[in-house]
Amino acid sequence: MITAAQLVALLPLIVLSTGTVAVMLAIAFRRDHALIFSLTVLSLVVTLVAVIAASGLAPKPVTALLIMDQYALFFIGLTSAGALATVALCAAYLEIRPDPPEEFYVLVLTGLLGAGVLVASSHFASLFLGLEILSVSLFALIAYPRWEKRALEAAVKYLVLSGVSSGLLLFGMALVYAELGVLEFAAMRVPALTFPVVAGILMIVSALGFKLSLVPFHLWTADVYQGAPAPVTALLATVSKGAVFALLLRYGVAGGVVWHPALLKVVTLIAAASILVGNLLALRQNNLKRILAYSSIAHMGYLLIALVAAGRIGASLAAESMAFYLAAYFVTTLAAFGVIMVLSPANREAEFLEDYTGLFWTRPGLATVLTVAILSLAGIPLTAGFIGKFYLFAAGSAGSLWTLLALLIVGSGIGLYYYLRVVFQMTQAPLARTHLPIDHRDSLGGNLVLALLTFLMIGLGIAPSQFINTILPVSQSISVATRIVP
Amino acid sequence: MMLVALLAILAMGGFLAWYGERWGRNVPRWIAIAALGLDGLLLLPYLARGAAPVGSEWLLDVRGTWIPRFGIGFHLGLDGLSLLLVALTVFLGLAAVVCSWTEIRSRIGFFHFNLLWTLTGVLGVFLALDLFLFFFFWEVMIVPMYFLIALWGHERRAYAAMKFFLFTQVSGLLMLLAIIVMAVFHHAATGVYTFDYFDLLQAELSPQTAFWLMLGFFVAFTVKLPAVPFHTWLPDAHTQAPTGGSVILAAVLLKTGAYGLIRFVVPLFPEASHSFAPVAMTLGVVSILYGGKLAFAQSDIKRLIAYTSISHMGFILLGVFAWNALALQGAVMTMLAHGISASALFMLAGALQERIHTRDLGRMGRLWADVPRMAAIGLFFSVAALGMPGLGNFVGELLVLLGAFKIDTTLTTLAALGLIVAPIYSLILVQKAFQGDYQEKHTLSDYGLREVTVMGALILATVWIGVYPQSVLDISAPSLQASINRIQPQAKATP
Repeated sequence: MITAAQLVALLPLIVLSTGTVAVMLAIAFRRDHALIFSLTVLSLVVTLVAVIAASGLAPKPVTALLIMDQYALFFIGLTSAGALATVALCAAYLEIRPDPPEEFYVLVLTGLLGAGVLVASSHFASLFLGLEILSVSLFALIAYPRWEKRALEAAVKYLVLSGVSSGLLLFGMALVYAELGVLEFAAMRVPALTFPVVAGILMIVSALGFKLSLVPFHLWTADVYQGAPAPVTALLATVSKGAVFALLLRYGVAGGVVWHPALLKVVTLIAAASILVGNLLALRQNNLKRILAYSSIAHMGYLLIALVAAGRIGASLAAESMAFYLAAYFVTTLAAFGVIMVLSPANREAEFLEDYTGLFWTRPGLATVLTVAILSLAGIPLTAGFIGKFYLFAAGSAGSLWTLLALLIVGSGIGLYYYLRVVFQMTQAPLARTHLPIDHRDSLGGNLVLALLTFLMIGLGIAPSQFINTILPVSQSISVATRIVP
Repeated sequence: MMLVALLAILAMGGFLAWYGERWGRNVPRWIAIAALGLDGLLLLPYLARGAAPVGSEWLLDVRGTWIPRFGIGFHLGLDGLSLLLVALTVFLGLAAVVCSWTEIRSRIGFFHFNLLWTLTGVLGVFLALDLFLFFFFWEVMIVPMYFLIALWGHERRAYAAMKFFLFTQVSGLLMLLAIIVMAVFHHAATGVYTFDYFDLLQAELSPQTAFWLMLGFFVAFTVKLPAVPFHTWLPDAHTQAPTGGSVILAAVLLKTGAYGLIRFVVPLFPEASHSFAPVAMTLGVVSILYGGKLAFAQSDIKRLIAYTSISHMGFILLGVFAWNALALQGAVMTMLAHGISASALFMLAGALQERIHTRDLGRMGRLWADVPRMAAIGLFFSVAALGMPGLGNFVGELLVLLGAFKIDTTLTTLAALGLIVAPIYSLILVQKAFQGDYQEKHTLSDYGLREVTVMGALILATVWIGVYPQSVLDISAPSLQASINRIQPQAKATP
């Protein structure tokens, strides 16, 4: 039986579902980009308000499937804010393209709904449902430019590999269920590592690793990042990865994965491989979207340090580090892709490094945003990325993860090389011949969002205290909800 | 508040200079001069007063909270040591602005923005007493310096800028890791997160931990210093940077490494540093001799000066790890004197390159006939660099050798050979550039009033600290003595 209080706690997801239906119906009645855009923005804003309203009631389990605690609400808020920024940035991008833009917004909302279910799930069933809602929306979004061969190729690639990973996920769940007889995270503290349980957990981790593009499950990343339209890549990099990572930590802590040294070793290996492979593969790329793809592999590797640390020091500092790092990563990645969206002409994406030659002198505002974003990805002080890195160092050294921290330093060193190439490219003298045509005037909303993101990147880097205070209850909620004796 | 104002004036000045470009080409330059001049005025009373008030070595101390979650504070402090280095920074910052007057012709506003922000970072490094804040400023100076090299540098600027950034950033991350580990261990022991210098001085660390942490700091600082084997970025960065950038690099950026060794490495990890001292001093001696030898072998005038920097920085490394009053005073004196003489030489090299468009010594020669003023000034600073008595560099190196002799006779004897190597490379510079035969015919104009004024000020400063070093020694003595006293108990325990 669901009580009124539970309904209020569930409000963010209810608002999101209602918004999705409303936008879908509105399209059926009237194809009007401005109207659909406004409706989408409205539903996202109301979702954010609902998150605040629900946070007073947290933590509240809603059936066995979902738990609406501060942790879930924080990530629903974060992903919704990320989607809101993407929507605001992509309106002008979609406007100049041949395809009708309206359904794009529906798919963004359904994807977000999947992410919301995912971060709130406390049960294998809701995990699977959330992940599939998210993935199916992403297939359609990646293939949205129906006449673009590369987008279709990317979509098929993502579809096939996602299908495989869903299969793995289900098989893993089945094995765990067969052995333990439960589907709720909290009920499986893994009494003993029997073979089926280990195999099951490894399959689940691999499936989530696909979504996070961790090595060795990263093979799709660069092609999909490159082939998908820029706003979809932005969603993939932020909303999708953020939600899956939030779930991974919750499952890892509550499902007892991180308390087993052997399993932790596997995660450590994946982290190490992701950091090295991601950074090394990014070195020789000449395509900004591919650089960001490989850099995201490395960043997910860095983030795994927090997960491994959770096994050594408990979830509190680890969850705090992850929440901050993800928030910083959201802001930074959205700013970078926002610049790509604004610069992209109607017939292609502004993805090659040559497109950015001399940007400092032709479009100084956009170049500044991209520079700050790149520096934040590289973890240079004055930006949010630096505080994120600080957090990982703190969590890692509290858990004595010296090897991973050494790799973090090595990875950051390699990363500087390809990050600085982008910055250097922008500072060179503009080339007369490769000017990108400016097909659309800058939209006010897009510029506002870029300015806000830049403000956040620098604000979180200089004065993070306020935000840290916001995420403290988040990290406490997961460590309270899932406290078990290791 | 004065300390915050020092930083704020430069930071704001940077933005204003960037914006000011639209008011006129020379507006950014004047804004930069005004900002630095204002900082200089703020410092004057402290310099004039000299020694610190009785009872504490700290002239000024500002505390504020910043990130309370981790006990990170906005803690700045000024003692004699930082006062001298801050003054050096402001003084040579002015010189850097003036010597870029005709060289920088494009994006003038952005150039001065980067210049002032590098200096802000440097001042912050000299003032910060919270380790997190220190690291923050440490990194703040890197990014604008990267832009200075990458945008206004010479033919291989992309390579040099990247190398500079990679070396300093990666070694900086090692230091960040060491800082955080220190704070985390302190938290584990006491339950309190803090990054404050004075709290962490009390941190109790196991000898093994202390050694590894010390190494983290040491690597970051010796990369910046730089000492062999971490020196390879310096010749490239110096050579490719515009004159103003070279001046800032030589004059103050290198000094942040030396400052870090004095302020952090030895006081935070006294025992570990003590046991590591032979290695560090050996590296110092190797830098002196190897840097000197390489300097002699260069044909590029800026590379030559860059290698002499490495050689001189070896004296600082030697002096710091000898860790007695005499050697430390010598190290500080060398920092000041080398800052002045090396920047003067870089300005000269930059001026020559601007006039004859080459840095190749093989294409110069007999320039004395064309530009007597430049040549005379060049001779003066070459002689200063080789350690002529009566000039600042001599005082510094002599004090280092005197202090280090008590600690390690063999190494000091070897280091003293540096005094023989120095005249060789200094005089070869003068010989090849200004004397001998014409290699190529150049038409070039001599220094004008603007340049002579700056050079005159630098000459005065070199002579002043050479003939009346006590005025400088008095300022730094209290803080150095306090640092030595702080770790005296341990030093006595391990004779």
